[in-house]
Amino acid sequence: MIKCKQATQLLSETLDRPLSKKEAFALKVHTAMCPACRQFGKQMHTLRELTQDYMD
Amino acid sequence: MTQPAERLDTAQHMNLLHDTAFIEDLRKQMLKFAILQVRHEQLAEDAVQEAMISAFTHIDRFQRQAALKTWVFAILKNKIIDLLRKEKRYSNASELEQGQNKNGDELIEALFEASGHWQKHERPKKWDTPDHGVETADFWKIFDACLNALPVKYSRLFMMREFLELATDEICDNEEVTVSNLNTTLYRARLRLRECLEDNWFHGEKTT
Repeated sequence: MIKCKQATQLLSETLDRPLSKKEAFALKVHTAMCPACRQFGKQMHTLRELTQDYMD
Repeated sequence: MTQPAERLDTAQHMNLLHDTAFIEDLRKQMLKFAILQVRHEQLAEDAVQEAMISAFTHIDRFQRQAALKTWVFAILKNKIIDLLRKEKRYSNASELEQGQNKNGDELIEALFEASGHWQKHERPKKWDTPDHGVETADFWKIFDACLNALPVKYSRLFMMREFLELATDEICDNEEVTVSNLNTTLYRARLRLRECLEDNWFHGEKTT
């Protein structure tokens, strides 16, 4: 079982590498019951889009 | 109809490099990227000019395996790395935590309880969607300030990943960091950028 702190690191790392099956499952279980981390995951993707749009 | 840059041949790419509007747009993006990397406007301008001249001179070497813009940015990235080494400003591990705000560990401690759960007042809330005010000049000023508030190493690795879209092994080779170190740095960069945007734009009324 993982806590929010570890879940946020994994949510960030999903943008950089494929998670292991164990990590992906633990993250899925955690985010299913944690709305704050679900929101954090969405924000990580939004940050990526905003950075592209941002690019004196 | 204008063809996508990656489908053009060398002669057409040369024409593109003569296109004032294309060059000006490219220069703006390159300068923004370079300033984030070197934190010095004149050095950034020098690197951009050198990179553009190099691209113009060596356009025949462009292999079309990537878009022209990606190729030009790869040249710029190498110019910046050379510049930073020459200026002896090339950062090392101790510089990872330089910055105006909390360092990585302090920020993580502020966001999470010792148990590993979110602090109650730090729990992420829904962000406004881009259709409702995000794409405004004011927002981009805040975003710009937040990016510039990141420690140099954070912003360099973050932009290599998110803007240049370089692969992990490329970044690790160039920056001489381990995969684990890179992932941790990117995590901390995103945390800080997110926190800065939360405090200054999305939930500006927050008092923490």
